[in-house]
Amino acid sequence: MDMALLNRLKDIAISDSGFIFDPYSGGTFNTNETGRFILRLLKEGNGMEIIQSEIGRHFIMSGEDLKSDIYEFINLLKEAQLLPKNFKF
Amino acid sequence: MDRFEWTIGVTGLNATDNPGPGISVIRSLRAHPGFNGKIIGLAYHYLDPGLYASDLIDSAYLIPLPSEGVQSLRQRLEYIKTVTDLSMLIPTLDSEMSGFISLESELREIGIRMFLPTQQQYDIRSKIRLGEICEKTGFDYPQTRIVSDIESLFQVSAEISFPYMLKGIFYGASLVKTMDEASMAFHRTVAQWGLPVIIQEFLIGEEYDVLAVGDGKGEIVGGLSMKKTSLTDKGKGWAGVVVNNPKFLTMAETFCQVTKWRGPFEMEILKTKDERYFLIEINPRFPAWTYLCVGADQNLPVAVAQLAMGVKPQSLPESKAGTMFVRISLEQVVKIDRLEEIISKGEIHYR
Repeated sequence: MDMALLNRLKDIAISDSGFIFDPYSGGTFNTNETGRFILRLLKEGNGMEIIQSEIGRHFIMSGEDLKSDIYEFINLLKEAQLLPKNFKF
Repeated sequence: MDRFEWTIGVTGLNATDNPGPGISVIRSLRAHPGFNGKIIGLAYHYLDPGLYASDLIDSAYLIPLPSEGVQSLRQRLEYIKTVTDLSMLIPTLDSEMSGFISLESELREIGIRMFLPTQQQYDIRSKIRLGEICEKTGFDYPQTRIVSDIESLFQVSAEISFPYMLKGIFYGASLVKTMDEASMAFHRTVAQWGLPVIIQEFLIGEEYDVLAVGDGKGEIVGGLSMKKTSLTDKGKGWAGVVVNNPKFLTMAETFCQVTKWRGPFEMEILKTKDERYFLIEINPRFPAWTYLCVGADQNLPVAVAQLAMGVKPQSLPESKAGTMFVRISLEQVVKIDRLEEIISKGEIHYR
C-alpha cells in the first residue's frame, strides 16, 4: 500500500461504536464490529491474506465466503470514497 | 496571551434565516480570551436581530443604506466616532463593501481602521469576472455568462443547457430548469439586486466552502474548509463540518498569491466525483458560519482585528477537522422601549 493512501487511511476517524468520519470529505458513515476490524487492519497497511486470517481467527470464520465478504466491504469503502476506485491489494 | 481593548464596529446584524455574518464575527471576537474591548453593532434596519443581542453588543447604531452614498455613511461614522471610541470596523456584507473600501483612507485619518481588499482586488473576484480570476489561478470553473437583458437570456439559454444556476450580482441563486423558470428568476433577481445577472452551468458534486484571511502581501494568515451537511430551502448552510482536504487551502493560498488579497474571503468550491475542483464564487468578506473557526482553532476575526490595528497575528495551528456547527433559531425577548430607542434615536446603548 503506498504511503499517500496509508496516510489517508490513518486520518479516517473510527469510534468504538463504529462511527466513521472522513476528514478529507466530511463524510460520515456507520459500520459494525467486523467492518471496524477490517478498517483497522487496512489502516495498519495489511494486505488481503493477513486481513482474511485475522478475521478468521477473531470471528472463527474461514473459506471463500469470508474472502468475498471482505471484497464486498472493500467495494463499499470505494463507494464511500474512503478508498480510491482503483484500489487493489 | 494577547489582550486587546479595541472598540470594534461590526455590520451585518441581520441574523435571519438567511443570516448576515455580523453576529458570527462578534461571537468570534468575544470568544478570544484576551478580548477586553467593546463591540458596536452597525445595522441598516431597526429590526435587525443583532441590534437586540445585548449580551453580544455594547451599543448599536443604524447606518445609512449603501444606496444613500458613501458621504452619508462617512458622516454617520464620524458621529459614531465622536460618541464612542470606535477604533476599527469589520464590514461583512457584499453590498456595502465597495463603499467602505472607498472610505478606508478617510476613516483611517479619523482613527477608524479596517483591513479590506483594494478596489482592484475587490473587483477581480466579482462573480462577473470569475473566468478571468480562474484563468490567472489555473482553477477550473463552470461555464459562466453575464446577462443584462431578457433577449440575452434567451441567447445564453441556447448555449448553456438546462438546468443552470441564475445568480444575482451580490446575492441569490436559483436553479432553473426551463426557459419560463429562467425568465421568472431573471425578473425576480433584477428587481432585488439589479443588473447584470450571472448564468452558470449546473455541476453535480459536493459543495465546500473555504474561509481564509489574506495578509495583503500574498500569504494567508489562516484558513479552514467546511462541508455543508444541511441546507435551508434557500441553499444556506444550516449545519457543517470542518474538513481537512489540503486542496482547498492550497486554492486559497493560490488566490492570495495571485491577487495579494487583503482581508477575509470565502471561496465556494464544488468537488466533482472525478476529483475536479471548480471554483464557484469568491465572497469578499466573512461568511455567516464564521464562528465555526473558533471551534476549529482558527479565530480569523481576531486575526483581522489585529491586522487592522497593525499587530502581527499569532500563527494559527491546523484547523481541527470534525468540528461541527449546527445553527439554531432563538427568540430574543425585548422590552418595547428598546425598539423605541432605536427608532427614535437610531442608536441603542446597553453598557
